Amino acid sequence: MKAYLTRRYMFSASHRLHNDAMSAAENAAIYGKCNNPHGHGHNYSLEVTVGGQVDRSTGMVCNLSDLDNFVQQQIIARFDIENLNMLPEFASVIPSTENLCTVIHDILQRGFAFAHLEKVRIEETMMNSFEYAGGAEIRN
Amino acid sequence: MIYLTRKAEFAASHYYHNPDLSTDENRRIFGKCNNPNGHGHNYMLEVTVKGEVNPATGFVVDLKQLKETMHREVLEAMDHRFLNKEVPEFSDMIPTTENLAIVIWQRLLPKLKAAQLHRVRVYETPNLFVDFYGEA
Repeated sequence: MKAYLTRRYMFSASHRLHNDAMSAAENAAIYGKCNNPHGHGHNYSLEVTVGGQVDRSTGMVCNLSDLDNFVQQQIIARFDIENLNMLPEFASVIPSTENLCTVIHDILQRGFAFAHLEKVRIEETMMNSFEYAGGAEIRN
Repeated sequence: MIYLTRKAEFAASHYYHNPDLSTDENRRIFGKCNNPNGHGHNYMLEVTVKGEVNPATGFVVDLKQLKETMHREVLEAMDHRFLNKEVPEFSDMIPTTENLAIVIWQRLLPKLKAAQLHRVRVYETPNLFVDFYGEA
């Protein structure tokens, strides 16, 4: 039997949306308040979904402690209470939540070996959310 | 095609233990969840059904029938119960959230009339949930 397990994590970070290749006026027009050079922050809610056969001997798709340890070490420890623009992942990538989704998806895809990654979903605020499944269609 | 989701909450206790494994292995794999006295959660169940809208009623499914089926098949069996000891399916199956979603699907599937079961989602906590779509 195939099941999908989703775990939610929280982290807080600041960012600024700005593209050096564009003029100040263009940046202001596209990013609005998000272009404030001092940055601003969010409490991000990150949902990681993994899928696979439920192991008969454990009843699990994957051991939650393995997922928690990986996300804590590879994502929360690096992103929580940080300025996203200062992280190497965003040296030349604008830290929009779209790009945050793909960056976090890539970290999990490359490093998490205990279950198949299905998708990453991030709420930037309670009013908006973003999902990325590595290019696959998302089933809700 | 319209998808309709109905929620229900139930509170239950459980513990994780595989009698085929040693005490040490059980403790290593299941951690605190291996405590034989059990621990509990407020589970939130979301059942999603799908179908075309009946032009005569405007409904995909009679919500009252769905609610009663969920109550009879899931809540009466599991609410305020010790899952390992009081729900027959878990006499030889570990009551993880994954297996809970599968068992609830299997209980609902033969009882639902008219609408097609699409997804069973079980929240163990607000930060952990499992989806089951009936896939082998």
